[in-house]
Amino acid sequence: MQPKAEPDSATGAIDIERVRQDFPVLHQEVRGKPLVYLDNAATSQKPIQVIEALSRYYGYQNANIHRGVYYLSEEATAAYEAARVKTQRFLNAANPDEVVFVRGTTEAVNLVASTYGRLLLQPRDEVVISAMEHHSNIVPWQMLCESVGADLRVAPIDTSGTLIVSEYEKLLGPRTKIVALVHVSNSLGTINDVKHLVRLAKDKSAVVLIDGAQAAPHIPIDVQDIGCDFYTASGHKMYGPTGIGALYGRMELLEAMPPYQGGGEMIRSVTFEKTTYAPPPAKFEAGTPHIAGAIGMGVAIDYLERLGWDFVHEQERVLLEYALERLPTVPGLKIIGSADSRASVVSFTVDGIHAHDIGTIVDQEGVAIRTGHHCTQPVMDFFGVPATARASFAFYNTVEEVDTLTEALMEAREVFSG
Amino acid sequence: MEMRDLYQQVILDHNRSPRNFREIENADRVAHGDNPLCGDKIRVYVKLNGDVIEDVSFHGSGCAISQSSASLMTAAVMGKSIAEAEELFHKFHEMVTADSDQPASRKELGKLAAFAGVREFPARVKCANLAWHTLHGALREQAQPVSTE
Repeated sequence: MQPKAEPDSATGAIDIERVRQDFPVLHQEVRGKPLVYLDNAATSQKPIQVIEALSRYYGYQNANIHRGVYYLSEEATAAYEAARVKTQRFLNAANPDEVVFVRGTTEAVNLVASTYGRLLLQPRDEVVISAMEHHSNIVPWQMLCESVGADLRVAPIDTSGTLIVSEYEKLLGPRTKIVALVHVSNSLGTINDVKHLVRLAKDKSAVVLIDGAQAAPHIPIDVQDIGCDFYTASGHKMYGPTGIGALYGRMELLEAMPPYQGGGEMIRSVTFEKTTYAPPPAKFEAGTPHIAGAIGMGVAIDYLERLGWDFVHEQERVLLEYALERLPTVPGLKIIGSADSRASVVSFTVDGIHAHDIGTIVDQEGVAIRTGHHCTQPVMDFFGVPATARASFAFYNTVEEVDTLTEALMEAREVFSG
Repeated sequence: MEMRDLYQQVILDHNRSPRNFREIENADRVAHGDNPLCGDKIRVYVKLNGDVIEDVSFHGSGCAISQSSASLMTAAVMGKSIAEAEELFHKFHEMVTADSDQPASRKELGKLAAFAGVREFPARVKCANLAWHTLHGALREQAQPVSTE
């Protein structure tokens, strides 16, 4: 099927309505109203190209990979490995073997913590994270620190939701062995200057992991330019399937790391006395992987690249600016997070209305937003709120949808003012 | 389903000015309710005179449904026997979770019937139930925090 979202050959412009045609889920009514999907930071919707790739794989290509000598297995293997190369290019890794397919960002962080972390960390060593991390970039490190007697240090943020770089710098020292930082905050939208932060950590010879779950769908990633040792990406947050993600690791480190899980695929030879492991990335991909998912993620990357970052950026910039203009017109609405550099995520509270009540009321207008702590409880504690409502935009959203959200919030005010 | 079927006037009123929103010093029973995914937190205090609930109160924070449910609950069980309160707990629980309408018990629930609409909002049932399960825990002298998630 031809993508509808091709740039016009004459003008180079992309018609947003044609882009929306690629996303079947957007064209439905919920609760009798057209769906307004503004929970893209939780998971993004999938273009028909990705959906059809999954269906095509299971319909015509399905076979286990890396083992069969028959045609179908070779085809499936080639498609799976082609997805790895696409992911490599997408992240600008030096080598496709530096891309390990995992279930998602959470598994990627856990993989690094429980292999490289366990190998490296000694008692009283330190792991540095930031105060705006998602639970998935807190808890694996906490578990690791507890098990080896290391310390977890947390770099603070200011009231705009920006990392206080001078404080971060102070935390870095000879004991700092691992630094794990989010690239784009899922609850505040803050975009961290990861290149700078990595350089500061590297000055202290720390190993650095960057959590790119929210960054990969919104900004071009260049792991070599960032200079990090590990980078994580999540398929379903970048218009691909759930259950698939990528861990980038520098080859030198991947080679030094012990395996993550034992099983098939990750071995070179097995006897009851001794098993030798396959080289990366196979060493970290025990068992039959999510073949269809990897292929789907590759197609999502193709899709994003065909749209182009210029289009994605412009759409998201317009939506963010418009939301920051319109939402504060709702009486009592406060926006949480105002970093200078931010992605198209807006967290907010409304005086006198709990976030969950807001979520339920706007849902009646067909508007899907996230409410709660967004898996960032420390961020909520910092801002002194139990929960926020969050609208997160993708390139397929429209300014009219921002209007619908704003009107639905007005309606919530109405209901609660009795 | 209309929004105002869920957010009925009595619910909004009790959310705005919750009744018995206080601590009871020397309470005979205290239980803690916590829905960590939601962030709803509640503490229920009970003062007993024999098996009669002489005083009951709550403290905590959360959404309108959880707060108003707690408020209306304290008003409903005040002065009731433990057995009567437990019966109300079961009726309330049934009303917000059961598939079939049971107008008979609805009548006995009085103002609590305002929560009948919650059934249509599956994600919010746990909010309405939290206070009641916490009271239930308090009456049974349950030591662990209660959760309805």
